[in-house]
Amino acid sequence: MSEENKRDDRSAENKPPESETSAQPPTEAGAEAPVEQTKEEVTEPPSEGDAPVPERRKETDEEKAARRKATLEAREAAKAAAALAAAEAAKGGSSASAQPAGESAQGATEAPAAAAAGGSSASEGDAPVRRKETDEEKAARRKAALEAREAAKAAAAQAAAQGGAPAGAAGVGEGAGADAPPPKPPSPSQPRLDRVAAMLRELVAEDAVEEAYINEANDHLPTLVIKNERWGQAARLLRDHAELACAYLRNVSGVDYETHMEVVYYPWNMNAREGYCIKVRTDRESPSVASVTPIWETANWNEREIYDLLGVDFPGHPDLRRIMMPDDWVGHPLRKDYVPLDPEV
Amino acid sequence: MELDLANVSPEDRKEVERNVFFGTIEQLKGWARSNSLWPLTFGLACCAIEMMAAGGAHYDLDRFGVMFRTSPRQADVMIVSGTVTKKMAPLLKRLYDQMPEPKWVIAMGSCATAGGPYVKSYSVVKGVDQIVPVDVYIPGCPPNPAALIYGINKLQAKIRYEAKTGKQVTSR
Amino acid sequence: MIRTEELLLNVGPQHPSTHGVFRIIVKLDGEVITEATPVMGYLHRGTEKLAENLNFTQIIPYTDRMDYVSAMTNNYVLCHAVEKMMGLEIPERAEFLRLIVMELQRVASHLVWWGTYLLDIGALSPFLYAFSDRERVLGLFNELCGARLTYNYMRVGGVKWDAPEGWIDRVKTFVKDMHFRLDEYHNLVSGNEIFLSRVKGIGKYDAETAISYGLSGANLRCTGVQWDLRKAEPYSLYDRFQFDVPVGKNGDCYDRYLIRIAELEQSLRILEQALEQFPGDGDTMGKVPRAIRPPAGEIYVRIESPRGEIGCHIVSKGKAEPYRLKFRRPSFVNLQILPKLLVGESMTNLVTILGGIDIVLGEVDC
Repeated sequence: MSEENKRDDRSAENKPPESETSAQPPTEAGAEAPVEQTKEEVTEPPSEGDAPVPERRKETDEEKAARRKATLEAREAAKAAAALAAAEAAKGGSSASAQPAGESAQGATEAPAAAAAGGSSASEGDAPVRRKETDEEKAARRKAALEAREAAKAAAAQAAAQGGAPAGAAGVGEGAGADAPPPKPPSPSQPRLDRVAAMLRELVAEDAVEEAYINEANDHLPTLVIKNERWGQAARLLRDHAELACAYLRNVSGVDYETHMEVVYYPWNMNAREGYCIKVRTDRESPSVASVTPIWETANWNEREIYDLLGVDFPGHPDLRRIMMPDDWVGHPLRKDYVPLDPEV
Repeated sequence: MELDLANVSPEDRKEVERNVFFGTIEQLKGWARSNSLWPLTFGLACCAIEMMAAGGAHYDLDRFGVMFRTSPRQADVMIVSGTVTKKMAPLLKRLYDQMPEPKWVIAMGSCATAGGPYVKSYSVVKGVDQIVPVDVYIPGCPPNPAALIYGINKLQAKIRYEAKTGKQVTSR
Repeated sequence: MIRTEELLLNVGPQHPSTHGVFRIIVKLDGEVITEATPVMGYLHRGTEKLAENLNFTQIIPYTDRMDYVSAMTNNYVLCHAVEKMMGLEIPERAEFLRLIVMELQRVASHLVWWGTYLLDIGALSPFLYAFSDRERVLGLFNELCGARLTYNYMRVGGVKWDAPEGWIDRVKTFVKDMHFRLDEYHNLVSGNEIFLSRVKGIGKYDAETAISYGLSGANLRCTGVQWDLRKAEPYSLYDRFQFDVPVGKNGDCYDRYLIRIAELEQSLRILEQALEQFPGDGDTMGKVPRAIRPPAGEIYVRIESPRGEIGCHIVSKGKAEPYRLKFRRPSFVNLQILPKLLVGESMTNLVTILGGIDIVLGEVDC
């Protein structure tokens, strides 16, 4: 609803300049004026043509400065609004889908354009009275920009909230526990997820599964967050249990989330052609995740790579050394806060 | 033996003029060296595949006297074909040192020239000329085999020019 | 009994048979390897870190340079992952073009492998044969996108360039010719006595080991496991075409060789069908938002590259840049089994086994 409101606002603001620039104006002078004004910021027009008088020229210069200032201000404001909106969108539930946030940010960045256009259209007035009017005009323009910004912000917030709700419910992000049934038609993988979660709870430990949800974007992949201390046992269960039989480990990735580290495993059952995504979280200061190299040989170099690039320790790994970087390298380059020691060689 | 040029018949004289060249021994060496450049097979990354393609049947580097050697001790040109990482740099230097004089270096591709697309990477050396002196830079990512051949031709011209004039084109 | 001293031998990183800057330190007892320690990272260029500051379209050229022998499949895995996250529809013509270039790439990639593998074993001429045929594929790619090796051809939502006039016909001609060339290859090498004695029964492992090591591609199929992602988890348009997945039974270097040659044939078969069904006209780019921002979340997609399962794990926070981008590189994973295979083998077999795994160092080190 607010999305539409915003669009209306914008279109109302946009209307006059748009109709002037896009639709072919009837007179030559009319055609030149808006073009000149939009281009002024970059280059001076070569000659003034016939219509405008020198007096007007002088005034537009001053006016131009004012207008520029106003647009700059509006742009700044809009940028701030966009940043705010983005932050809100990101915060408003980590699962907030980015699409609306992105759109609102775009909307906000369009605000200065609208304001600028408004300015140029306002300056279309006749020459003599202009000097006096600019102040008021400026104020009006500023107000318009403010309004646009407000609208954009509101829209962003709304969008974030809207995006957050369904995304959270669908469990695309990190929310939505397994026991909370999704309101949407249940995913085809839901029984599988429930089953594996139940098995892990029963056969490993009651607290083994921290979270369980379906990653719908990724072919409804059942995704489980396993408690760090239980991971070794859980991995063994995943591979050895006759029903799960995930003998093939597709991939191991490490992710630095700035608040914590996460190691993501993709064990696969090749006969049933189904698999899981397993995440194990660990803190960032002394990250440590039990090694699964004794269970899946695939993990060997992958874990070494994660150790090398992200600094996650894997107790139980037979040969945990740096793999990509030289042995005397300082730091873990894939960490978000990594600062290279030497910017140049 | 006595050679009396005055008594040489005009036919013989013509023959002599057609077949005897004068030059310095340096020029002779330059000519020989430039036509038998033996590069080290030093494939580092993507450019190495193009280097192999240049050595293949279609582009046929052999016709320029360019034959790849697998040991640095038999090679006189190092074609640095690919990204030089900080881990690789000391080894590259060592290989260069193992090559006998005179030796030349071709930096093939933008990575070897200046880091290329990996210039912002934490692990990449921004140009092989920070480690060894480079004679010819070949742009491209990766350069076409024809570009490599052109680069080799340039190196040959340079070797002959240096031999002829005694000037050093690049300092080393 | 003769006793020999233990010898530590360093192979690489500058070695003609390590296919790049791979290094392996072997402990030898006489000529028999008792221990092998691979060392890599000499080509680690930090692609994943660079990607975190680039938008998705800008990352595509970096994927070219990862597995530089098979750049098209790398392009595809990234684009496919982003498209899947954003739920984009790809026009049929674009998807056909992608499939055709991917299969051509498989042909080119296997040709490089075939040529260099035999070069490693000591046969020089196959290299010349393979590279002159590969040159034709590169010529086709060059026509399509103006590059021979690093194409940067695919985009999120489609492909950058449409096929030029007559291109499809030229691919058809190539496919037809290639069949004859494959027969020639077989005659030249496959039954060669020296070749057989070098590869038969060398580097053997069973299916269980292969799965435990997470091998993929020909390295897995040589043990008899029928696992080709084009069939097992079809992506692109592979479910529309008829083709077989060649499998071996002994799990040795010879089986891997035969599988790759058979895959060449199957690729040509797919190409024939795809070229026949190629839509006459249509868009090459789908409807894509101007700014490519996959929604927050994560995804892991995988496709069958010539070397095995190449995967792309994207963690997105809804920005134009990935928060984390990780590639599962088949060469890297496949190479892990090497130290195990080498123990007890003679030094000459090191080259045979390493070549048989088919690695590309750009991908191992990333």
